[in-house]
Amino acid sequence: MKRTLTALVATAMMAVPATAAEIKIGFVTTLTTGAAVIGNDMKKAVELALDHLGGKAGDHTLTVIFGDDQFAPETGKQVTDKLVKQDNVDFVAGYIWSHVLLASRKSVLDAGKFLISANAGPSALAGKLCHENFFSTSWQNDQTPMAMGEVLNQRGVKSLYVMAPNYAAGKDMVAGVERTFKGEIVGKDLTKWGADAQLDFSAELAKAKASGADGLLVFYPGAAGGAFIKQYHQAGLKDILPLYTVFTVDALSLPRLQAAGLDSVIGSFTTQHWDPTLDNAANRRFVADFKAKYGSYPSFYAAQAYDAINLIASAVEAVDGDMSDKDAVRAALMAADYESVRGPYTYNTNHFPIQNFYLREVVVDDEGNWTTKVAGLVYENMKDPYYEECPLK
Amino acid sequence: MDTALFVIQLLNGLQLGLLLFLVASGLTLIFGILDFVNLAHGALYMLGAFICATLTMWTGSFVLSVILSLPVVGAIGFAIERLVARSLYTRDHLDQVLATFGLILVLDTLAHLIWGPEGMAIPLPAWLDGQIAVTETLVIPTYRLLIIATGLATAGGLFWLVNYTRLGMLIRAGASNRTMVAALGINIQLLFSLVFALGAVLAGLAGMLVAPITEASIGMGNNIIITAFVVIIVGGIGSMKGAFIAALMIGLIDTLGRSFLDDIFKLFMSTAAAETSAPAVSAMLIYIIMAAVLAVRPQGLFPPKVR
Repeated sequence: MKRTLTALVATAMMAVPATAAEIKIGFVTTLTTGAAVIGNDMKKAVELALDHLGGKAGDHTLTVIFGDDQFAPETGKQVTDKLVKQDNVDFVAGYIWSHVLLASRKSVLDAGKFLISANAGPSALAGKLCHENFFSTSWQNDQTPMAMGEVLNQRGVKSLYVMAPNYAAGKDMVAGVERTFKGEIVGKDLTKWGADAQLDFSAELAKAKASGADGLLVFYPGAAGGAFIKQYHQAGLKDILPLYTVFTVDALSLPRLQAAGLDSVIGSFTTQHWDPTLDNAANRRFVADFKAKYGSYPSFYAAQAYDAINLIASAVEAVDGDMSDKDAVRAALMAADYESVRGPYTYNTNHFPIQNFYLREVVVDDEGNWTTKVAGLVYENMKDPYYEECPLK
Repeated sequence: MDTALFVIQLLNGLQLGLLLFLVASGLTLIFGILDFVNLAHGALYMLGAFICATLTMWTGSFVLSVILSLPVVGAIGFAIERLVARSLYTRDHLDQVLATFGLILVLDTLAHLIWGPEGMAIPLPAWLDGQIAVTETLVIPTYRLLIIATGLATAGGLFWLVNYTRLGMLIRAGASNRTMVAALGINIQLLFSLVFALGAVLAGLAGMLVAPITEASIGMGNNIIITAFVVIIVGGIGSMKGAFIAALMIGLIDTLGRSFLDDIFKLFMSTAAAETSAPAVSAMLIYIIMAAVLAVRPQGLFPPKVR
């Protein structure tokens, strides 16, 4: 009798984590400063993902705790430490900014937790600093500008002027386009970035125009993108210096550009791994429900955040809530067995997605809103250029 | 280096310098006369931008909105002086810094609550949205010229106000010897409120002028306030003339540094090294200037005559 009871209790105790585990996810993004517009979009997508999942992965409750990095690496590291040590989360996800992610990574990985980037893809993390517990639901920074470099080649652009902010991702973007662009890069500017970023680009635009380049490639995420497009428009460069952008014209900047009537941007091109018009069931549901719930198109940041939560949920469900077996969790993440809004993809050895990159064109939709549509496939199943430097096999 | 590009960059530097002057002149007035360190001066710059953006959405006219916004920002400055600044005049500067830093957080959060985090764009009327071609290669956006003209006109107006009006005389007298002015029966409280409101109007105007370029955004003032402090330290705290010259100097140095430093560096180092170091050095350039001025002339280049 006693033995049976002990066995029962033991079974019950073992069963507890498996039946009703609470899985905690820390989500670090920017919720203050001008960049909060990105963070809020990601937060909305996380909440939509939880709605769609019913707040559960299998039988296990998913709890998300948000952290605000205030657009600064030191603050990002602090909130990451808080999530890991005080809240004892199982996963830390999010991270818009490469420099914030690089500053925070050790706090998560040294504690044996899983780190999921929903945006930043610094080259170091894809190469030498890659880690078995780090996964990305976005891309490596170089890839999107590499795709843009390829597009520029196809369009016969011979010379290019490049502008980007002076931080880890800005440098990766420049490196990316230099990798594939066959013409000459006649000039480049790296401008001040961070909470006191430079937003007046008069000097740089004057230089770009004087350089006589065939095209201007810029990378200005968040609020800086809108400011840049405005000044490009005011400088009257549309017909002289055609604009190509990466991560600058998106669902966050377009409504404001539309409100300000800056139609220079219509017909301009950008590259990306995702677009609201990508035709798959998960994406149709995501875009429709996001629009219904929040009244705007989701941005690519939102798409990646939505994927991050779904990836985590798929892994939690696969291991039935048992977070103690790290190898099993890792294998489940590696399988990427969930309905990604970009369509199915696989993970490379460095845990960055092997995925398609598309050309997107800025268009006016049926309701008169400015958005983007897929204008072509640039790369199919593209691998990032750093995975061979990663010691993981 | 071609001449047209150099001229355009000079104009860009002049434009930045004049915007800096609008912010720094208010800061230096308030510091010089009220002996009050107002870190929240940048928040007034931000409020100017947001109020003007909102009015532009309502009225549809940018110019009208600027004219309507100026008294509103002035009134906010007046209220801040009455409610917050006044009780801090007798405290030491550290208390003022703490209190006005708190005010920044309050005003930033207030702006966040009212206007949301995404900021606001201001559409420009068609006549300001184009460019003026001086020669074939020398093309300048019309709006940048408007900023330069407005900045120069305001600087001229301020010069006239300070040097040739009764209010200006009181301001100068107050800057030199506050107690004596009060002893002569001048309502110093009212003078202080007016100076504070004037400073707010100047900062607000700068915010309104910059918003069509960079958009109105939360924390935009914290960005410029540091540079404005550099300006008044270089120019000599409390000196209007110093603020003007230092603002133009900082504006030109910053713009020309961003434009030509990489080319200059390429003369004596490898292209790769120049491309890496030039952005870093140009971001530091104005602080290097400030450090140099502090080392050689701690009182600034044009300190006011009597304190």
